[in-house]
Amino acid sequence: MAELVTLTEGVRELVRDGDSVALEGFTHLIPMAAGHEIIRQGRRDLTLIRMTPDLIYDQLIGAGCARKVVFSWGGNPGVGSLHRFRDAVENSWPRPLEIEEHSHAGMANRYAAGAAGLPFAVLRGYVGTDLGKGLTTGVPFTCPFTGEVLAAVPALNPDVAIVHAQQCDRQGNVQIWGITGVQKEAVLAARRSLVTVEEVVDELTPVPGGIVIPGWALTAVAEVPGGARPSYAQGYYERDNAAYRAWDRISRDRTAFRAWLDEAVMPAKGRDERTVS
Amino acid sequence: MRSTDGRKGGSWTADELMTIAAARALAEARTCFVGIGLPSTAANLARRVHNPDLVLVYESGTLGAKPDRLPLSIGDGVLAETADAVVSVPEIFNYWLQPGRIDVGFLGAAQIDRYANINTTVIGSDYHRPKVRLPGAGGAPEIAACCREVFVIVRHSRRTFVPTVDFVTSFGHGRGPGDRERLGLRGRGPTRVITDLGVLEPDPITRELGLVRLHPGVEPAEVQAATGWDLAVHPDLRTVPEPTEEELKVLRELVGGGRQ
Repeated sequence: MAELVTLTEGVRELVRDGDSVALEGFTHLIPMAAGHEIIRQGRRDLTLIRMTPDLIYDQLIGAGCARKVVFSWGGNPGVGSLHRFRDAVENSWPRPLEIEEHSHAGMANRYAAGAAGLPFAVLRGYVGTDLGKGLTTGVPFTCPFTGEVLAAVPALNPDVAIVHAQQCDRQGNVQIWGITGVQKEAVLAARRSLVTVEEVVDELTPVPGGIVIPGWALTAVAEVPGGARPSYAQGYYERDNAAYRAWDRISRDRTAFRAWLDEAVMPAKGRDERTVS
Repeated sequence: MRSTDGRKGGSWTADELMTIAAARALAEARTCFVGIGLPSTAANLARRVHNPDLVLVYESGTLGAKPDRLPLSIGDGVLAETADAVVSVPEIFNYWLQPGRIDVGFLGAAQIDRYANINTTVIGSDYHRPKVRLPGAGGAPEIAACCREVFVIVRHSRRTFVPTVDFVTSFGHGRGPGDRERLGLRGRGPTRVITDLGVLEPDPITRELGLVRLHPGVEPAEVQAATGWDLAVHPDLRTVPEPTEEELKVLRELVGGGRQ
C-alpha cells in the first residue's frame, strides 16, 4: 500500500542525487509542484526522463539539477523554444547537459517495455531517419517470424517516476482521467514512484475514461492541490496558457530566470519552515 | 512572418491563403493526425468549412476531437472533453497510427529538402554543436512513416527550403525513387507541401518537389528565389483559388479565438 506523505517527505525519501527520474504527464497533469520541490531540495546530477520536457524540465535544467535529459520533444507547446534547455545544450549554462533524443512513439514504447518487464520494445519507426543513426538507440531489428526489419528501442526503467493525478483514496489507489499520457507506464516501469494528487477522497467514484492504479503498486502518494499548475487538471482547473506565454519572456534571460526562481520557487521553503516552527 | 497585405485588393494575407489551401486539401480525408500550430489551424478550419466529418487525431491520445476553439497545445483539455475517445500515448501510436489507420498526417517543418525530408531537430552540420537546437521529433517520424499520405504546411524561404536537410527527423522520399519502398515504409510519404507562395508536390518519377500551384499574384521566380534548389515548374501550373468569404470569416474567428 502506498504511504501517504507530504511532498517534502516524498521527494526527500524517493529522489536521490544521480538518480534517473521521470516526471511524466502529457501536457495534462504535469507534476510541477514536485519539480519545484526537487529544485528546493537541491538535487544534482539527475538524468531527467520525459517525452516533453516542457516548462518543468526547463526549470530543473536552469536550476542546475540535471546532468542529462532523455526526451522526444523539447519545446514550449504552441509558444516556441525552451530557452533554459537551449541555453544548456548550446552554451552549457548553468552546466553541460547531455541529451538523448527519441521520437514520441519510441519513448512511449520504451516505457511500455519497462512496465512489461521486457528488455526492449519493437515498433515501425526511426527507419530512414537520423534518429536511428547511432545518435540514439532506435536500432534495426529483424522480425524472427516474417523477416521484416523494424526498430528496437531499449526499455526505460527510471529509478523513480513522479506523476500527478486527480484523486486517490485512503488506501492510496489513484484515479486519473482525461489525457492519461504515459503516466501508468512510467509508474509501473520505475523502481520507486511518487504520485501527487489534487485531492484525497474517502472513496473513488469511477469517471468515464478514467484509469485506476492500485495503491500497492505505488511507493508514496502526496496530496498537493494545484500541483500541476500552470498545466491543468481536468475537473479541477484549466491550463494557464498565459503562464506558458509568459514563460517565454522569463526563460529567455538568465537573470530574469534566476529572479523568477528565487521568487516563485525558493520562498516556499521558508514558508514551510515557519509553519513547522 | 511574410506579407501582411493581401496581394489582390488587400483583403487577405499570404498566411491566411496558406492555411485555407491546406484546409481545402483535407476535403476528401476521413482521418487526419494533426500536429500543433499551422497544421492544427488548417485541420480545424477544414472541419468547420470543407469536411465536417473529418476525424481529428492528436498525439495526446484524443480521437475525434471537436474543439470549439484552437488548442494552444496538442494536449489541451478541450481536445479530451470533445473527443470520441481518449487513449493513452502508447495506444495512440501503437494501435492507431502504426497500423496505417490514419489517412493524412499533417506536419510543419523547420527545414525541408528537395525530396521532402523534414528536419525539426538541429540547424547546423554538427549535431553535438548545433547552431540552433530545435524541439526535436515528437510524433513526426512515425506520422511521416505510417499515415497513408503526409501534407506539410510551412512558410517559404531559403532558410527552410534547403537542398539537403541538416538532420533527417522525418523521412520523406530519401534520395529519390524507391527509397521508401526499400525501407519498407508503408505510407506514401509527403504528397503535398503547402506554403505562403503556392503548392509543391513530388514528381511521380523523380520524387523531387516541384511547383504545381501558385497563390494569386505570386510569380514563379519569386518561389524559385525562396527555394534552395532548381525548382521544377509543372507544365500545367495553376493558380490557387482566392479565399471565399466563408473561409476567411471562419479562419479569423478561429485564430482570434485561439489568441484570447
